[in-house]
Amino acid sequence: MKEKILRIIEKNSRITTEELAIMLGAAREEVETALAEMETDKIICGYPTLIDWDKLSGEKITALIEVKVTPQRGQGFDRIAERIFKFDEVETVYLMSGGFDLTVIIRGKSMREVAGFVSAKLAPMEAVLSTATHFVLKRYKENGIVMQNDEQDERMIVSP
Amino acid sequence: MRDPLNKKIVGIKPSGIRKFFDVVSEMKDAISLGVGEPDFETPWHIREEGIYSLEKGRTYYSSNAGIKELRIEICKYLKRRFDLEYDPLKEILVTIGGSEAIDMALRVMLEEGDEVILPQPSYVSYEPCVVMAGGKPVILELKEENEFKLTRRDLLAAITDKTKILILPFPNNPTGSVMSKQELAEIVDVIIEKDIFVLSDEIYAELTYGEKHVSIASFPGMKERTIVINGFSKSYAMTGWRLGYAAGPEVIIRQILKLHQFAIMCAPTTSQYAAVEALKNGDQDVAMMCEAYDGRRRFLIHELRRMGLSCFEARGAFYVFPCIKSLGMTSEEFATALLNEEKVAVVPGTAFGDCGEGFLRISYAYSIDKIKVALERIERFINAHR
Repeated sequence: MKEKILRIIEKNSRITTEELAIMLGAAREEVETALAEMETDKIICGYPTLIDWDKLSGEKITALIEVKVTPQRGQGFDRIAERIFKFDEVETVYLMSGGFDLTVIIRGKSMREVAGFVSAKLAPMEAVLSTATHFVLKRYKENGIVMQNDEQDERMIVSP
Repeated sequence: MRDPLNKKIVGIKPSGIRKFFDVVSEMKDAISLGVGEPDFETPWHIREEGIYSLEKGRTYYSSNAGIKELRIEICKYLKRRFDLEYDPLKEILVTIGGSEAIDMALRVMLEEGDEVILPQPSYVSYEPCVVMAGGKPVILELKEENEFKLTRRDLLAAITDKTKILILPFPNNPTGSVMSKQELAEIVDVIIEKDIFVLSDEIYAELTYGEKHVSIASFPGMKERTIVINGFSKSYAMTGWRLGYAAGPEVIIRQILKLHQFAIMCAPTTSQYAAVEALKNGDQDVAMMCEAYDGRRRFLIHELRRMGLSCFEARGAFYVFPCIKSLGMTSEEFATALLNEEKVAVVPGTAFGDCGEGFLRISYAYSIDKIKVALERIERFINAHR
């Protein structure tokens, strides 16, 4: 039940609980309880909107930064990760396996702003050993959604 | 000049859907709930396998019956999903969609004047195929009060000394009706006792909501008198690849193969390689699509009932078949007026047989957002005509 709800709202979080209940053949209360539980358990962490900022005039810049850090005794990477993700500019932080430790995705108004953040805030942190900043040129697909999707329904309008 | 045409062919009336299509295609911005194919694209890994086969230069004819690897995978699939056992070398033929298999099977089995019991409402091809094969279609009306299932009683009433084949179209297009194991069990002994053959069109077998599809060929004594028709169009969203198959007793398959060899040669090779991938790694895709259809199905039935239309609980394919008799219009009048006034295309039930009068076929092979918009318009239309 919960997984079925998630598979529907993952694509469309604006669907009403009543519609969800009809689609799943369940009572509305049942759906509401399941949603509330998943919110409490942080299985559902929010209902954000996927926006293509590039379509607006004051466009934003996204950068993906590979960060190498020194893990701290007793806390591993969590403490340094927290110090980084608390910045409002930071959109995403992942702990990685492989050649570097953290992926930090930040969004800024301009390349200068992003560079300023890296040089003034991120790189000087004591635990940070090195950074490598990659700017995003074009977003094709995000969260399973193709950004520039203007595909039409090409099926014949009626068929047997 | 002499008449260049064959009278039998000329006498076959064109598909009711075709007629309606010509009207709809004039209308530019219509919303359609009229299609008989999935809205999903073929899963990418399947398409990619088709592309790869082209890259590898596999652009030749395949063996007439289909590539061996595909026939083996089909047999594994039929065993895994429906507990059917077939010999990939002798009892499977890969065809151009399920439609070719239907046509060929009828041509191979019917003698002039043999009767074929044809339950309707059902898919538009059966009747003309029976006629072209020299058979005589005996229409059996499926009734709403039986949820459009074939009952033992109706079957017995339709059988004569000349009956040779029963066409069994479940899960059904256009009604969405399915037949359970129990309901099939009730007709199996009649079929065996009366020595009838069955053409079981199971193209929608993967799309059932609730109980799993049961093939009539899985009953003892039925495999030797059943041709199972299936394919990739509906379950794997592969309509344009044109790929289906027939599974049945060697004596029949061998003759179909002969016809197929002369008329078709072989099914498209690219499609066959893609289909191998579908059968090997496509179960998850099918489950995902089936779950999505199920949600839309519930939503559609709920909304139509809320509008005051009687609509039986369809548990198969991707159609619902609401009754519009309460509005005092024929199916065709309703569909035409709905198109003109609200620009929503649905298919009149009569396209699937005269007994479809009073019903509409509404397809839910559309996104839930599209279905919602169409339903708003349908509701406005109904309120205006009540």
